[in-house]
This record gives sequence, structure tokens and C-alpha cells, in this order.
Amino acid sequence: MPTVYVNDKPVEIGTGRLNCIQAADKAGVFVPHYCYHEALSVVASCRMCLVEVGERKPDGTVVMQPKVVPGCQTPVKDGTVVVTGEYDRRDPAVEALNYPADYTRGGKPGERAKKSQADTLEGLLVNHPLDCPVCDKAGECKLQDYSYGYGRSESRMVDEKFAPPNKPHLSSKITLFTDRCIMCTRCVRFTREISGTAELLVTGRGDHEEIDVFPGRPLENKLSGNVVDLCPVGALGSKDFLYKQRVWYLKAAEQVCSRCSTGCAVYVDHNKDIVYRLTARENPQANGHFICDEGRWGYHFANSGERLTRPQVKREGRFQPAPWVQLTPLLKDELAAAANGGGLVAVLSPFLTVEEAFLYATLFKGLSADARLVLGPVPVVGEDDKYPKDVRGNPAEPTTFVIRAEKCPNRRGVGAVLTHFAGRVTPFAEVVREKAAVLWFAGGYPAKEQVEAAFPTDWVASGTVIAQDILPTLLTASAKYVIPATASFEKEGTFVNHAGLAQTFGRATRPPQEARGELQLAFDLLGRRGLVQAAAVRKELAAAIPLFAPLAGEVTRYGVELT
Amino acid sequence: MPLAESDVRWVGEPKLGFWEQLYLPAVVDGLKTTVGHLFGPKRTEQYPEQEPKLPPNYRGVHRLNRDEAGRVKCVACYMCATACPAHCIDIVAAPAPPEWTDREKYPETFVIDELRCIYCGMCEEACPVDAIELTTLYDLTGLSREQMVFDKEKLLSVFDTTTGAGTDPVRTRAGRLSPSSEPPPAR
Repeated sequence: MPTVYVNDKPVEIGTGRLNCIQAADKAGVFVPHYCYHEALSVVASCRMCLVEVGERKPDGTVVMQPKVVPGCQTPVKDGTVVVTGEYDRRDPAVEALNYPADYTRGGKPGERAKKSQADTLEGLLVNHPLDCPVCDKAGECKLQDYSYGYGRSESRMVDEKFAPPNKPHLSSKITLFTDRCIMCTRCVRFTREISGTAELLVTGRGDHEEIDVFPGRPLENKLSGNVVDLCPVGALGSKDFLYKQRVWYLKAAEQVCSRCSTGCAVYVDHNKDIVYRLTARENPQANGHFICDEGRWGYHFANSGERLTRPQVKREGRFQPAPWVQLTPLLKDELAAAANGGGLVAVLSPFLTVEEAFLYATLFKGLSADARLVLGPVPVVGEDDKYPKDVRGNPAEPTTFVIRAEKCPNRRGVGAVLTHFAGRVTPFAEVVREKAAVLWFAGGYPAKEQVEAAFPTDWVASGTVIAQDILPTLLTASAKYVIPATASFEKEGTFVNHAGLAQTFGRATRPPQEARGELQLAFDLLGRRGLVQAAAVRKELAAAIPLFAPLAGEVTRYGVELT
Repeated sequence: MPLAESDVRWVGEPKLGFWEQLYLPAVVDGLKTTVGHLFGPKRTEQYPEQEPKLPPNYRGVHRLNRDEAGRVKCVACYMCATACPAHCIDIVAAPAPPEWTDREKYPETFVIDELRCIYCGMCEEACPVDAIELTTLYDLTGLSREQMVFDKEKLLSVFDTTTGAGTDPVRTRAGRLSPSSEPPPAR
């Protein structure tokens, strides 16, 4: 097994092609870096990851290189010795290597790397403005963190800082604070390698290097928001989030994006039950490192003032608020009457979690074996959008990121539940014209058009409509009962993406005060008592449907493949 | 460990002698102090007719300072709101108007709940541009809770009042962020 020695600690690297940063990471040693990113090419321009390297010969002697080298650009092989700036904090229990006498030149191992990193930071701070109080990145800024961890406490810069003007014209969604940039070029490499659209470039030389766009070609592609995540400092800012919240107020919840069937892993940053932004979370099985702009900025529906926030009943042609204690028995009566007479149609939207669909299906099939379970309208927009693009805007191989045409997170999961209960998946278009004594529409669509497009223009309700949705639509207007639905940020449960990857997630924000989650409502209508637990429902689901059996145990953060 | 009898010292009331039993010496002693004060310097403050002179570091009502152009000095960094132990500061930040060329961010609203505030002065400590200060105004009254919630205009008017009256001169030195927020090293 090839072995690398990081700060004297032997670590086996297996067959992977690793650089010093990755090898050190395996040994539990963090090497600070700005320009290096796992998903991007290596340029070794920031010089923050400088390490001392050498080789341990089979006879035990160590030969060290005379200069520090960038760790991101230096591959490791069997016997490579890596000494980082944190050598003095190494594990004392590990036996020290037999370093040559002339290697340290009177100092200690790792001192040169440490000093080089401090010098690098001082160089970066020569022109970096100290406007941290008004910078949106403050609190999650790598320049702040590394200055604190590896830098000097004071500046020796006496001259006026070079402060080029800002570039808000860079993009309609993104602004550039040019003076804060440290020229790591992660954003430039992202647009060239991942999105392939190559809008960004570096102009100028030396101190006057700046990120810019070509004249008349702003940074407008469907992955552009990722450059904000990639920026290690506050140079690239999302206009959507600009000055909305300081980042230290935000709490990040690990969730799954609900805007297409890729099922990207995201962090939902929220405070006081308001979602402020979505950022990409790494999941190699779903999305890799990035997310698309539709998902990133598609959370506003949850904060919409139009949202249905309380249950309502139509009496004498007018909607009146109805408290849950009155509404639950009413709903039970309606369902029981329809079940006895036949003609209960339940529409389960692909925005429901697997657990919600399972409890609803159990409820409706338990009331009547004749109840029709239908998959809600599946919004499809255009075709799958594949990245990277070539110069003409056509997708190029190999594909690194796909924005799916299917704009819902859980068609496969809800479909599997329906197949189990009803034998097949009935599309909504088949039943839209049918008469139904009671139509239960469990929606949760983030956009009105997604619901309204599924109904013909001359559609009229043939019976009692119980509509559960986030936003008021044509359907809720003709419903007798209007029940608020919850957004994906307010749910906990499981989504199954287009490839059958089941990802479980927890709740980020609380639903509006008078709304009740779909899972709890189904639980209540089933006559079960108490508060529902998604994990308990998941266990029940895993026992009932063989396809979901892998969900019985603890699901890892990358999800589990259903076969 | 239990207490032993040898560790305990019993103390009784002092026995009064003849003069102590008369109480007269104690009465005379007390009268001496009273009469002495009749002729000494007067220390009573005739509040509210006579207003006290408070030290400049007194922590009273807040004010939001103005810069030379009369604009609010605050850059909406939320440092005061973060430092506040009573959570009484509520700020909504926004991009600064384009004609304010020297800064990017300003407070659209800035509200302090003076009833919730504990007047600890942490906001003043935290402010990187010396925009918020506690004044020597101490007699804060209002007829409702809403009146005691001070918005940006009211806090700026406190600045105008206190600087106009001369009770609280501006004691700031900074006022701008970056690059001047970093003082040059001594040569």
C-alpha cells in the first residue's frame, strides 16, 4: 500500500491520485487554500497551501526539497513526506521521521511553510480593504479565517490601498466588489470548466488584475450563482442576498432542493423561520458540488405574502377561516361519505415526501378500496439542460451538471408509493375530466402555473374539492375546503430523485402558525394520536414497501440508492 | 466535622452603665451632627428645578451621529445589534443611495426599543464607525410603549438636540470604514 507521511504520521493513500492537500486531509491535517477546489482545475496561484515536501527512501533516510511548494499542485506517491505549517501541533505519539541535519537550517520542521503562509496572507491583505463590517461575507470569509489562524496581527502597509471601482453590471444577479478580490480565479475557472460559458476573465496585470466580463456579454448562465459560493472572500455577492442578513445570524439546515428531479443537496440558510438563501451542499451521487440558479433563487415562494396560511371553509360562497378542531371532523365526514358512495379521488403531487404520500395513500385506501389514487400534475419545462456548454451553447461531453426538465423533486418516490397501493401510476390528465364526489388535491406546488396548466380552461368542479396548496390557484378558488400546504423547507422526509437516489432531510423553518404539515394532517385523519415523527413513518414505509426497505436504518447524508 | 465546644465563643449583650442607661450622651451626640449640618455647605439638589450635571460617560438615551454632510454615519453592519444583550436594536440594511459615493450600505430603518434596553453601552463599544453613542439624557418619558420605540429619525433628532444644547459634544474620532479604518503604523 502506498504510504505518505504527513507531519510524521503515515497515511495510506490507496490507489487514488491525490495532491498534498488531499493526502493531508486523509491524515486529519488541514492545509489552508483559496484557489484550489476539488471540482476545478489546479492553478496554484494563491500560494496559501505552501508545504515542505520530501521523500522517505526505503532504507528510512529522508530527503527534503530545499524550497516550499504549493500543496495543491504537488502530487504524492509512495514515500512522500509532507510537512505543513502545523508541524508543531502534530500528534506527539507518532515517532518523528529521520530528517536530514541540513534540512531545517537551525529552525524546526514546518517553520518555513508557516512563515510562507503568513507572508502570503500579508501580500493578499496589501490591497484588500478592511471593510468587514459592511461586507456580506464577514463571518464565513476564508480571508478572515486564515488571517486569524495563520496570519500576522498587524499590517505593515503604509501606502494607500488600491481600490478599483465596483462592477454591479457584471450580471443581473451578481455584483463584483472588485477591491475585495484576491485573484484566486475560482470563478473564472468555474465558467470555463463547469458551465462552459466562459463569461468571466482576468484583465490587467499585477496589482491591476481584475475579474471582468467581455463587453456586452454579462455573466448570465443558469449556474452563475455558484461563483458566489466559490468566492472565498466577499468579492462576488449575490444581489438577492445582498445586505439581507449577517451570516452569523443564519442557521444552515441540510436539505434537498425541490425545484427539479436532480434532487441537489443544499444548505437552507434561515433565521427566525424565514429562508434567506440556499447554498450548494456536496453530494457526489446527486449534484456534485454545485446547484443551479433556479433552485438557488427559487425559495421566494415560501416567503410569499400571497401564501395560504390558514385552513378555510367555503360557506355560502365565501371563504371563512376554520380552526383545525372543527375542520378535522368535517374532513373525516366528507371522506367517509365519499368512500361509502364511491367516487373518492385523491391526487398526490410529486412535491410530497415519500412519507406523506405513504400516509395519505394508507388513509384513502383504508377508507375505501375503490378510492382512486392519482399522481398530481408533473411540471415539465423544455428538455434537460446539460452542462458544460461549448462556445455555441450546445452541451459538450462529458456532462458534469444537468438541470432536469421535470420540475418536481419526488415523482419517482410518490410513483412508487402509488404503484404499491393502486397497482399503477395514474397520471392526472386521465382523471381531470372524471366526475368525483370528493377530490382531495394534495398539492404543495411552488408556482401557480404548475397547477393551473394541468386543468383545461373550461374545467368545473364536479363535486367537493379539498385543495391543499401553498399559493391560491384556480383550484383553491373552486374548492370547498382550502388547506395550507407546507414548502419543502418546512417538511422533513425523503425525496427520490430521477435516478432513484433517496435522500432524507430534516426541517429548516416552521410552517405558518396556523398551517399544519401534510404528514401531521394525514396522521390525524388516520385517527392516530399525538405528534407524527417522520422517522417512524419511514420505518413503517420501509416495512410495507420492499422498494423502500433500504430506508429502514439510518440514511447517510449522501442518501441511498433504491433499486 | 462536628463543632467542638472549644470552637464556640458565646457573645452576650454589653452591659449598660449608668450614663448609658440615661441615653442623654447619645442624644447630645446625635444633635451635634444635625446642628453641624445646618451650618455646613448645602448639598441638596433641587431637582427638577435644578438639573444635575452628569459626567460625560453617563449612559442615557442613544443617539445616531451624523457625518459632516448631515447623513447618518451608521453603515448598518449589525455589530451593535449583535453585541446587544437585550436584543433591543433592529436594523434593516439596504444598498446606499448612489450619490453616497463613500459607502455601499446604510440603514434603511434603525429602531431601538428604549424600554427593552438596559443601557449597558455595548452598542457604543461595538460600533466600528462611532455612529451610535449614549448621551446624558436620562429623563426619558413617554405615554405609551410605542413612543418609547425610537426610530432612525428620532435617534438623529437626539443627536441634533444634544449637540445643539452642548451637553454631549461629538466625541468620535473615526467615522469611515476602510481604508482609513486601519490606522497607519507609527513610523
